Amino acid sequence: MIRSAEALQTLSSGWFLEHAWLIPIVPAIGFFIIILFGKKLPMKGSEIGLLSMLSSLVLAGETAMQWIDRVNSGAEAQFIAPVVRTWNWWQIGGMKFTIGQSIDGLAVIVLVVVAFISTLVQLYSTEYLKGDRRYTHFFAALTLFSAGMLAMVVAEDTILFLLGWEIMGLCSFMLIGHWWEDGANSRAALKAFFTVRTGDMGLLVGVAMLYFASNEWTTEHLGVSGFSIRGISAWALSGEPNSTVILVASVALFIAAIGKSGQFPLHTWLPDAMAGPTPVSSLLHSSTMVVAGVFLVARLYPVFFTGFDILGTGGNFITIIGGITIVIAAALAFVQNDIKKVLAYSTVSQLGYMMLGLGAGAWLPAVFHIFTHAFFKACLFLGAGSISHSASHHSFDMKKDMGGLRKVMPITFTTWVISTLALCGVFPFSGFFSKDEIIDNVGHNGYQLFMIIGLIGAFMTAAYMTRATYLTFFGEARGASAGEHHDEHHDAHAPAHDSHDSHDAHDAHATEHTDHGPHESGWRITLPLVLLAVLALSSGLLNATPFGEKWERIKTWVEPRAEVVMETAPGGPGHSNVLSIPTAAEEGHHDSPCGSETPEEGVCYAPQLQHAPFKWSKAMLSLGIVFLGIALSWLFSTLLYTRKDKRLVGLTERNGVLRAGCNLLINKYYLDALYENVIVKAIAGPIAAAAYWFNQNVLDGILHAVARASRAFSGWVYRNIDQRVVDGTVNNSGKATKGAGGVLAPVQSGKVSQYGALLFSAAAVAALVLVIINS
Amino acid sequence: MEMLRDHNWMLSVGTFLPLLGVLLLLVVPKANEQLIKKVALFTSIATVAVGVWTLFRFDFGNAGTMQFVDEKTWIPLIKSSYYIGLDGISLPLYFLSMVITLLVVIYSLDHIPSPGNPKAFFSLMLVLQTGMAGTFIAQDLILFFVFFELVLLPMYFMIGVWGGENRQYASLKFFLYTMFGSALMLVAFLALFFKTGAESFAIPYLVEHGGALAKNVQIWIFAGMFIGFAVKVPMFPFHTWLPDAHTQAPTQGSVILAAILLKLGTYGFVRIAIPVLPEAAKAWAPYIGGLAVIGIIYGALGCLAQTDMKRLIAFSSVAHMGFVMLGISTLTSFGMTAAMFGMVAHGLITGMLFFVAGSVKERYHTLEIARLGGILKQMPHLGWILGFSCMASLGLPGLAGFWGEFPAILSAYSPAAGLNETVFRVYMVIAALGTVLAAAYLLWLFQRVAFGEPKPEFAGGGHGHDDHAFHDVNKFEWFAWTPLLIAILVFGVVPNLMFKVLDPAVQVVLSGFKG
Repeated sequence: MIRSAEALQTLSSGWFLEHAWLIPIVPAIGFFIIILFGKKLPMKGSEIGLLSMLSSLVLAGETAMQWIDRVNSGAEAQFIAPVVRTWNWWQIGGMKFTIGQSIDGLAVIVLVVVAFISTLVQLYSTEYLKGDRRYTHFFAALTLFSAGMLAMVVAEDTILFLLGWEIMGLCSFMLIGHWWEDGANSRAALKAFFTVRTGDMGLLVGVAMLYFASNEWTTEHLGVSGFSIRGISAWALSGEPNSTVILVASVALFIAAIGKSGQFPLHTWLPDAMAGPTPVSSLLHSSTMVVAGVFLVARLYPVFFTGFDILGTGGNFITIIGGITIVIAAALAFVQNDIKKVLAYSTVSQLGYMMLGLGAGAWLPAVFHIFTHAFFKACLFLGAGSISHSASHHSFDMKKDMGGLRKVMPITFTTWVISTLALCGVFPFSGFFSKDEIIDNVGHNGYQLFMIIGLIGAFMTAAYMTRATYLTFFGEARGASAGEHHDEHHDAHAPAHDSHDSHDAHDAHATEHTDHGPHESGWRITLPLVLLAVLALSSGLLNATPFGEKWERIKTWVEPRAEVVMETAPGGPGHSNVLSIPTAAEEGHHDSPCGSETPEEGVCYAPQLQHAPFKWSKAMLSLGIVFLGIALSWLFSTLLYTRKDKRLVGLTERNGVLRAGCNLLINKYYLDALYENVIVKAIAGPIAAAAYWFNQNVLDGILHAVARASRAFSGWVYRNIDQRVVDGTVNNSGKATKGAGGVLAPVQSGKVSQYGALLFSAAAVAALVLVIINS
Repeated sequence: MEMLRDHNWMLSVGTFLPLLGVLLLLVVPKANEQLIKKVALFTSIATVAVGVWTLFRFDFGNAGTMQFVDEKTWIPLIKSSYYIGLDGISLPLYFLSMVITLLVVIYSLDHIPSPGNPKAFFSLMLVLQTGMAGTFIAQDLILFFVFFELVLLPMYFMIGVWGGENRQYASLKFFLYTMFGSALMLVAFLALFFKTGAESFAIPYLVEHGGALAKNVQIWIFAGMFIGFAVKVPMFPFHTWLPDAHTQAPTQGSVILAAILLKLGTYGFVRIAIPVLPEAAKAWAPYIGGLAVIGIIYGALGCLAQTDMKRLIAFSSVAHMGFVMLGISTLTSFGMTAAMFGMVAHGLITGMLFFVAGSVKERYHTLEIARLGGILKQMPHLGWILGFSCMASLGLPGLAGFWGEFPAILSAYSPAAGLNETVFRVYMVIAALGTVLAAAYLLWLFQRVAFGEPKPEFAGGGHGHDDHAFHDVNKFEWFAWTPLLIAILVFGVVPNLMFKVLDPAVQVVLSGFKG
């Protein structure tokens, strides 16, 4: 089974691959420059942000090129070792731990996406937030945010991963709460951070468990610590792990992913997070931060693979959560009037697809969906921002302030439609190639029920996006889009903000646009839109399974090959001493033992996965479902919103079942009520109060009682022994007894020495007693 | 045990230099406030200079070895000697105490709390510094005890004279409670002395002979030390003096209390109780760990119930010291090193939070959370510094707090051999829950006081009669705070600066457990 080692090639590397750690460092430095000097710069720091993101993009692009060369330099069935560089970071218990980069296909693809979207969002923001009161802070936070995500992506160890993860949490807090004068915004920021932090508990526990469970093995076999992601991956596939430990660790880690990626039941923070400026929504909540949870699962895939027995029988935790999320989030998108909330729930639902894919062994389609989704969702969010910026007076209410905008905003409209079609998964837009692959592979791997859920989700996606598109761009112009001025929208800090009606309130041009009606946005907004739309249209071709294997480039570049690797020298994590002994190949696809059985010699870094062969018949089914969704929703929207058909208008009020369903959706399944009114209120209210009551009354009560007793006792000693026995003639004990009832309250410092003396004499006696007893 | 005895004058100078400053202050007339401030400032600068020199001379390659050791006869009658030395555990705390005192002095140049009298105030602060530094270098139990008690009195007066409205109660409670703990600690010290043959109070001697004591004797002696140190830490349920002391103390007192004084207790565990009585430590560890995690959750709940910003920060100390004690209770070098890091990190971060609270109080004349709001709008720098400190306090990776908290949680997964793993793993999960609650109370605090609009009563910029009420961070504050802010960031990014000093020393301390 073992082939001779000559078949292996020396892998090429390059400066950019070796120095990929610079990609997060550059924006991190940019952050400090903006914070320290931003306000003094001519463009208030935005130039530094833009420049650092652009540098990161260039570095990431070159890194990707060199990675592709590296892949091409390897043999066909050779494990393409990641480019690893590490430095000592901390030491404890005599062990040294490292910080460093590990660049592989997954890292490269996400690096490129993040750097690209970040750059566009920064460009967009220079226009969108022009004149904002905290313009410099905004760019600082945005830049640090990208640095956090990039650091997480290049991380070689779980600690750096955690660092990037938490920095994103912090920045999301700052950015969502950017307009913190308004209570609603700061509450949304708090909610986002806190919900994610609740999930992070799982990350802490999971990382701790993996460290202790794997450290011995990884040190012995690979010479790395139990924090090393590579080490943990190899360990997870080595047949070594105790199944309970790795299951619990996977559950813990997945809880973190649920929090970060807005999966059911911790998805409730994501829609509220739309309180932030729209570029923030676009960056954080479509393509980077929320993807972090998916990335965690993709990154530590061998752990989840073994822990949850992916490809085993029946569903697992990941597929179940992913499946639930797809449907419940899509359902919520139907009752939103706020365009950004529709997109937010759509994101939640799409993240559900990614999770479902990962849970069902469709690793590559899920990762590819991260890639394509980033482009079209960023485009949609920025499009929504473009509308609010130039047409609807900073309102996001589709029913009140939009409609008929296709004529006045042709660029925004076109890019929106392209991205919507991509999101719905219409051939040949990018979403088709990724989403359909997920659904197809889920079915192929034996998860039929979840495949059906995926198809239902596709139908719902098509329907709610059609509804949103119709309300925004078709029909009659309403409210602000029709040129109406509602002054209340300029009242940026009116406390009456309700959560269904968010506005991006700027300081700057509150009155700038009042005189002319809706119009197209400037180039700094439309250029990112166009670029993203082009990618929303074309990026799917990078892994176009229908056109044959030659088109599956992402698969070649990104998917780690499930080959048994001989690590020659434990202790040397260098890339050059990695040798691969590939197994016998037969007709293109061969079966690697990785993931299914314990490798006898060497280690595996990735499990062997299957790929569903593409069939047009299956694709036609899902395309048919999508078109049905679009058509039905279009018909419904026309009847309801334009013709105001009497059978439909007010239907949810008349029909009890529908009303109940609608209320359930409007109240977001009452999950927010449960969290905020029950759990949080209970902890912050009665439970905390009870703990404090215990503190003030029980613990201090005991203390005061002791103090009172010793006072009484010393008073008694003073009166009866000192005064009567020792000095019986003098009887002026009045002073000492005065105020004996008042607990510890005002006492002259003279008393302190009395107590001190008492305590010390007691101590001396006790010491003597102890000595006597024990001798 | 091997020791380095070069430059053995250095520690004595560093420790007693502040007393020289006190002597100088005594001859300066009370009215000459400028000169008083100068003397205090120069004394503390000189002390830090000696500290920096100590850092330079310290052999970092031998951080596990006692260095600058000096041994002189002191009270031959009870076989106690003036025996001092410094290793990797002591060094960070020793140096931190010097720096904190300097920063507090700088802060005080502009912020003498009512009722004034800088002469007495600075004198007490310098005496306090001698006590704190001495505790960290003492290698003799009696010497340790003397220094340990020496800090008590200045702090008592600081709270009792310069404190808030309820200062009498708070200061007395602080004094008596700590005194009570000290008394039991002294009992334990004496018992230990007699049980090891009444030969010496030297810690190295006791480490060598303490392990030979019968287990039940160890357990009893440990109990005495436990109470003494636990009150100081403070551990649940001995913590109730802390919120009162902190709330009532002047800003300077709170900062020193949080940054250094609380560490005397945890340091005592690491330096004395655990290495001297290893068997007892093992028997006690599960209970200490249990009280530690109760403290984490309980402290966090206490925070959530607070309406006063300073009291909230005080309660957060209970929770944070819980993490430190959890690390110590694992009796592993992993946990104990994390705990030592956590002590320094907590000193920097909570010290910073109390500074900010003090400045908020000075400007708004209240710390009632409900009355505050919009600090970021009125004083952006102050607001962001508060935000930074809150983030550091809740253990954000990349800032110092993380390196005390996370490895401590981690270490609980795998405690020392002989301890019950299941119990400690439950502790680990509870402690992880504590990090969520920490995020809750700190961010909630930040959201309420810093975000939003200023409350109407303060919106007018001080009602005209006090135009300077809402000036942003002034230069004295910047001087006092910048080193802390930088240290929080630097230790967060390059934690090995401290780990590499602590780690070897912790290994030595725990060497009794490996054999």
